[in-house]
Amino acid sequence: MSATAVNNITFKQVFLNNRVLLLKIAIHLLSFLPLLALYVLAFSDQLGADPVKEVIHFTGIGAFNILLISLVLTPLAKKYRQGYLLQTRRLLGLYSFTYAMCHLLSFLAFEVQFDFALFVDEITERPYITVGMVALLILFSLALTSVNTLKRKMGKNWQRLHNGVYGATLLIALHFLWSVKSDIIEPGIYAIIALFLISLRRDKIKRWFK
Amino acid sequence: MLIKTKKSSQLSEQQVTDESVYHSRRDVLKQLGYLGAGSLLAQSATANAGALDFFSSKKDVQFQQQALKFQQASESSEILTPEAKVTSHNNFYEFGTGKGDPLENAQAFKVDPWQLKISGEVDKPYTLGYDDLFKSFPLEERIYRLRCVEAWSMVIPWIGFPLAELIKRAAPNSRAKYVAFETLYDPDQMPGQKSRRIGGGVKYPYVEGLRIDEAMNPLTLMSVGLYGKTLPAQNGAPIRLVVPWKYGFKSIKSIVGIKLVERKPPTTWNILAAREYGFYANVNPDVDHPRWSQASERRLTSGGLLARNRIATLPFNGYGEEVADMYKNMDLRKYY
Repeated sequence: MSATAVNNITFKQVFLNNRVLLLKIAIHLLSFLPLLALYVLAFSDQLGADPVKEVIHFTGIGAFNILLISLVLTPLAKKYRQGYLLQTRRLLGLYSFTYAMCHLLSFLAFEVQFDFALFVDEITERPYITVGMVALLILFSLALTSVNTLKRKMGKNWQRLHNGVYGATLLIALHFLWSVKSDIIEPGIYAIIALFLISLRRDKIKRWFK
Repeated sequence: MLIKTKKSSQLSEQQVTDESVYHSRRDVLKQLGYLGAGSLLAQSATANAGALDFFSSKKDVQFQQQALKFQQASESSEILTPEAKVTSHNNFYEFGTGKGDPLENAQAFKVDPWQLKISGEVDKPYTLGYDDLFKSFPLEERIYRLRCVEAWSMVIPWIGFPLAELIKRAAPNSRAKYVAFETLYDPDQMPGQKSRRIGGGVKYPYVEGLRIDEAMNPLTLMSVGLYGKTLPAQNGAPIRLVVPWKYGFKSIKSIVGIKLVERKPPTTWNILAAREYGFYANVNPDVDHPRWSQASERRLTSGGLLARNRIATLPFNGYGEEVADMYKNMDLRKYY
């Protein structure tokens, strides 16, 4: 056996042994760097005529994208027997929540500009914002209870709470659909993808009602 | 030296060539290019056109603007929205629904030759050609606030002439109660009209309307330019309406038809969602859009995320003194 072949095997094994870590590093880079770039450009007025709108749209769509990716992992892991994928779900969920928080805080800080009366009015009076807010609260509760000690303490209730992710996904799809003026094609495609991903877990969902 | 100047009556090559042939001239060049490269791919040239376009002429074409002569506006106390923002943040769904799409997709838009027809309930219907748009009426600058129904606003130095002048010249008769406007319908040039996906599901051509007294109000402007030059394509070249006390969607772009009519004409956004967009669409902080508040707005000037640009929205966008009388017996909650 030549030296290169040995090296190749070692490299492959190192890769396989650390694939979860590598995947997590990739998730960090792909999630965090765009967010950083977004705010740097926005603060320096290099993000088009209305940086506020760009920031709000980018973080909103970003949160939805990451959430959908996290939902696709379980079906993928089952189908291709790649159990290690499941270990990245928490990180993706936390990034989805981070984007969603940036979405809300940017709305508060840059759109309504700390006019709290207007902020509360918009959340309570605009149905599309209300459903978005409910979805964010669900994501918030999932993020809070994502630490291992709490997971253990909560027992069965943990899974019950975390099934809320499907409800949050539906609410976000609705939030996106209701927010547009007339161009419903993009949010329509998102809604179809969301429904499809949820339908992949129909066996699990049926079990709740038994 | 022989200097040839072209008379407007002379036909250009473009006018005597069938349009589809004219538009395919680039395909011919592309096919030549493939053959020249010694490739046998010529037959599939069209399939590869997308990849080639990226490098070729499409991105190089830039819409041309000319300097205009006009009566300058007196100093304004308002801070103007920078020209780069005025020309890169546009709602012009004919060129795509994203705010930056019109800038990107309208560069090759052809506005000369142009025909603007003034017709309907008038004694002297007439048509303006491209050059007439700039020569028929004295041009003046007007610095107006533009309030979008989406709750952002700009301050723009428009150049144009009062719509009233244009209408008077046609000698409207007593049945002229409303004015109906129509944007160019040309799917070959306007991708949003060709594809529902790009055009946001709007029914084209875009149409708008005003009551005759609104149209004759001295504030109502036919704009042919901004920031000293002819209009950029994405801002509605070569001629558009500007009604500063109404939400921006009333200010229809790239107009080819102005018709005086007896009955209230249909208007695009009202057809699409009557509950959200009325015929009048006067700026009104007391009547919210069903999905967002209209009480305040974000004024787009320079400054990034930290610009504290949220300001109160004024009734009639601050032009109440000039226009409120026209609506004094109307319930503006009902006629939004």
